[in-house]
Amino acid sequence: MSPFLRLVRRDLALSMRQGGDAATVLAFFVLTVILFPFGVGPEPVLLARIASGILWVTALLAALLSLDRLFQADYEDGSLEALALTALPLEAVVAAKCLAHWLVTGLPLTLLAPVLALLLHLDSVAYPALVLGLALGTPSLSLVGAVGAALTLGARRGGVLLSLLVLPLYIPVLIFGVAACEAAAAGFAARPHLLLLAALAAFAAPTAPFAAAAGLRQALE
Amino acid sequence: MHRFANPARFMRISTAVLPWCGALAGLLLATGLVLALFVAPADYQQGEAVRIMYVHVPAAWMASFVYAVMAGASAVGLIWRHPLADIAARAAAPLGAGFTLVCLVSGSLWGEPMWGTWWVWDARLTSVLVLFFLYLGYIALVNAFDDPSRGTRAGAVLALVGVVNLPIIKFSVDWWNTLHQPASVFRLGGPTIAASMLWPLLIMALGFTLFFVTMLMVRMRAALLAARLRALRMAASEDEARAPRRRPRAVGEAD
Repeated sequence: MSPFLRLVRRDLALSMRQGGDAATVLAFFVLTVILFPFGVGPEPVLLARIASGILWVTALLAALLSLDRLFQADYEDGSLEALALTALPLEAVVAAKCLAHWLVTGLPLTLLAPVLALLLHLDSVAYPALVLGLALGTPSLSLVGAVGAALTLGARRGGVLLSLLVLPLYIPVLIFGVAACEAAAAGFAARPHLLLLAALAAFAAPTAPFAAAAGLRQALE
Repeated sequence: MHRFANPARFMRISTAVLPWCGALAGLLLATGLVLALFVAPADYQQGEAVRIMYVHVPAAWMASFVYAVMAGASAVGLIWRHPLADIAARAAAPLGAGFTLVCLVSGSLWGEPMWGTWWVWDARLTSVLVLFFLYLGYIALVNAFDDPSRGTRAGAVLALVGVVNLPIIKFSVDWWNTLHQPASVFRLGGPTIAASMLWPLLIMALGFTLFFVTMLMVRMRAALLAARLRALRMAASEDEARAPRRRPRAVGEAD
């Protein structure tokens, strides 16, 4: 197996062993979505109107939750230094960790979203756009989040600072993701918005690892 | 560029240049304000309220310009380790955040009588708000580390990542249906704004730019002096640790 895939497998094994990560993120997602009917009232028409927004914002926040642990554990026990010294470029290390992070957080969020959309009375015609949008958008969230996680490694109050740095950069993904969902619910084509989400992911995939690797090198100096 | 890397040289040059820069900035701003408030014509639709433009538009131009300066200084600092570049980037950030805030607030005050709303979530306003948060994020990041140089370098990467927002701000009024009006000055085909309004606008913009340059130099000088002060304090405490000064002893006190 290539070193890249071995690193992905190692990260996945670590997350499974620690167990908490995916479950916590999903639990946060579900609980936060459930808060909204209590907050704005259970009226189906109102909930259907704001469902796509609620689902996307809470998915964003849930993805944000697990980000500060992306590099922290490896940084603390010295494995990040060891990874930096391997033949695998640091950019590839970042990409592998992002892939593992997405498999453990983004993918479960995407798969759970339709169930929560039921709770929010989202129009069923919008479900494919919701799932496809989240599937295309959550990789960007992991990638851009990795940049923030790398830059705040070792900072004071790193977790809160990470949110402050990363949320402005998440806004385009949020805008197009919700637009795709709303367009589908209104009977319009969601394709342009989904294509733009794919474009954002395609832009983030080659560039974010470089920025994150630069941040990691600064932390390791 | 590396001729100017010497901080002492920068201090000498800025000592000479700063008063003139500040005076010229003051003169241009005063002239611009007089022209804007009294000489320039009122708009045929907006009336006298159009005069907010002479503060709002230069502030908006400065918001993007200062971010570009910050990103450029960050790149120079990361690539060539130019010592003044890092200091310049840190010094520019609060200035840029200030210009962005002035832009947002003056725009809001202008929007209320003209559009009937204090705020609208169109592409231009949203992307400038994101720019404001990028400034705040940069300032928070560079101050979040115990080691200042680590903070500066992390901030440099963040500044470069956020550069992607600048073309979005510029072209947002072309790419989306926005309430904010399209470009009237920096566009292919030349400015569409009347000359009697364009000149006060450009004078105000030049005044804002010189104000920024003056304040940037002031902040960079302050940062260099603070660094020198820290170094002197550390040297003094090292000397103190190595050879503590003997204080005069009281009667009966042991050695």
